[in-house]
Amino acid sequence: MSDPNGLIQPGRPAPGFTLTSTLDGRQTGPEQFRGRPVVLAFYPADWSPVCGDQMSLYQAAPVFDQYDAVLLGISVDSIWSHRAYARSQGIEFPLLADFEPKGEVARRYGEYTAPGEAARVLVVLDQAGTVAWSYVSTPNVNPGADGIFDALDRLAADRGVMAR
Amino acid sequence: MSTPLQVTARLRDPVTSDDHVRGPADAPVTIVEYGDFQCQFCGAAYPNLHELLRQRADTVRMVYRYFPIANVHPYAERAAETAEAAGTRGRFWEMHDWLYDHQDQLDPVHLSLGVEQLGLPPDELNAEVEGRVYADRVRRDFVGGIRSGVNGTPTLFVNDVRHEGGYDLPDLLTAVDAAANA
Repeated sequence: MSDPNGLIQPGRPAPGFTLTSTLDGRQTGPEQFRGRPVVLAFYPADWSPVCGDQMSLYQAAPVFDQYDAVLLGISVDSIWSHRAYARSQGIEFPLLADFEPKGEVARRYGEYTAPGEAARVLVVLDQAGTVAWSYVSTPNVNPGADGIFDALDRLAADRGVMAR
Repeated sequence: MSTPLQVTARLRDPVTSDDHVRGPADAPVTIVEYGDFQCQFCGAAYPNLHELLRQRADTVRMVYRYFPIANVHPYAERAAETAEAAGTRGRFWEMHDWLYDHQDQLDPVHLSLGVEQLGLPPDELNAEVEGRVYADRVRRDFVGGIRSGVNGTPTLFVNDVRHEGGYDLPDLLTAVDAAANA
């Protein structure tokens, strides 16, 4: 049900897509942010029954701006669920609805699971839209954000080298 | 940039003299907690950690770092900064304990009463917190936690390794005894 090659690997161009991100139908996708690192955070579902779930944690992390990075959360939930969830958790970054056809983008990035949800996959794209880092968490484990920031650090360092 | 499938998260910011520590300085096991004073799971873990320190008094020392998830818990940052204000007066752990004992009273009015109960000057602390005097300190803890793989609250590091088990007393005793015998 997923890409037979599994999780998308570093060095590959990120598959293009847009998904609905607002109630009035705005389409959002990584290509709109070329020139900036983009973090795609696939997650199984809105409304995890814990404090500080993965998306709430990312909202609280005051460091994405420091890298000029764009963060996009993606699950198969509808935009209505996303709106209610974002309001309850104070989430301000876009939550994209991989809703119709269900899970299509998760499949293209290689991790769609049997219960009909995205796995917890993190993908960091560089400024040109190439996959710089990807990670799939073991089920039920919130991967945190340390891997994301390590990848963004390496991107910043690589750019430093290229600029000289 | 390849990634092993599962990486054990490790504490990256070592314990320093800036940290809030209780228990013997030479304890063989150090627990670093990243906590949010308004988080119910931290509140549930609190009496267990307390009992753990009592039962393993010679083995464990406890470090507390701030990890307020402000978008979910509107009083968490203020509580953290108030604890730090108490900390600069040598009263961190009393404030810490008061906050976890009164998690339903973290609004500014009740918090001020709590500060007063501890015998600290509420107006003075209030002015410092309003002036965000301790905001950087709290943020430093938070960012260090994120970089170490804190993935929610509470997150514990037992001798620098992220604790993946539960927070009931038996789970905590098992983790501490394993670390002490490692």
